[in-house]
Amino acid sequence: MTVKTEAVGKEWPATTYEVGKEKIGEYARAVGLDNQAHFDREAAKAAGYRDVVAPPMFCVVYSAPALGPAMFDPEVGMNFAAMVHGAQEFEWGEPACSGDEIITTSKCLEIFEKDGKGFYVFETRSVNQDGDEVVKGTWTNIVRGV
Amino acid sequence: MTDLNTGDAIPELRVTPDKYLPHRYAGASGDFNPIHIDPEFAKAVGLPSTILHGLYMMGLVARSATDAAGGDPKALKRLSVQFRGMGAPETEIVVSGTVKSVDGEKATIDVVAAQGENQTIRNAEAEVQL
Repeated sequence: MTVKTEAVGKEWPATTYEVGKEKIGEYARAVGLDNQAHFDREAAKAAGYRDVVAPPMFCVVYSAPALGPAMFDPEVGMNFAAMVHGAQEFEWGEPACSGDEIITTSKCLEIFEKDGKGFYVFETRSVNQDGDEVVKGTWTNIVRGV
Repeated sequence: MTDLNTGDAIPELRVTPDKYLPHRYAGASGDFNPIHIDPEFAKAVGLPSTILHGLYMMGLVARSATDAAGGDPKALKRLSVQFRGMGAPETEIVVSGTVKSVDGEKATIDVVAAQGENQTIRNAEAEVQL
């Protein structure tokens, strides 16, 4: 069996996420961050941010929903039972702050086979309400035994 | 400006996620894949028990690189990782790293996250603004 590649280049509809102060705090506590700029508006402003600032990896919260339809698309045809998250890259631009409205689009960059495994590479791009790019994500899923 | 030089080791980050950490991370991140929160389901699909979210461990790598750059969240400009071994709750995670290069106000740091001999995240590369 070989991987299907017709979904390469396909894009999926954008998702919108409104960043909230308490959600930032919940995420920051889960990963053990204690920088007050993630919890307290005054501390964030004192550190030069517009409002409570999200930790960089909070990007998974607002960008992953855009990836759902891509991963479940029958044209992509990933076998979830044999799938692992193989690699991940993020490049950050403008910080995400409480009150931001972030729009994320997703695209299939590559599908290929190597050593009996299928590699499915997706890109997400997230921009804020001012049109500034907040983060670009490259998500690599590996399916064994394709 | 934070002083980092090529070859410097960054401070080690040691974290032992408790049994319920994957539940809290699932809630915080929105990733409720049952392999992270349901031991019976995890065993049914051939895992020893529940495993940590890879992106949680990547979050620890991000925390470590950010701290090395002085702690300002916007210092982290890029982070790429490869997920390899599976991470287990209730086991200490050690995040360690070495400064690979410094170019003006940017530094590149090689980072690894491991539980004992099991490297859960390897070939991680962080680019930070100093």
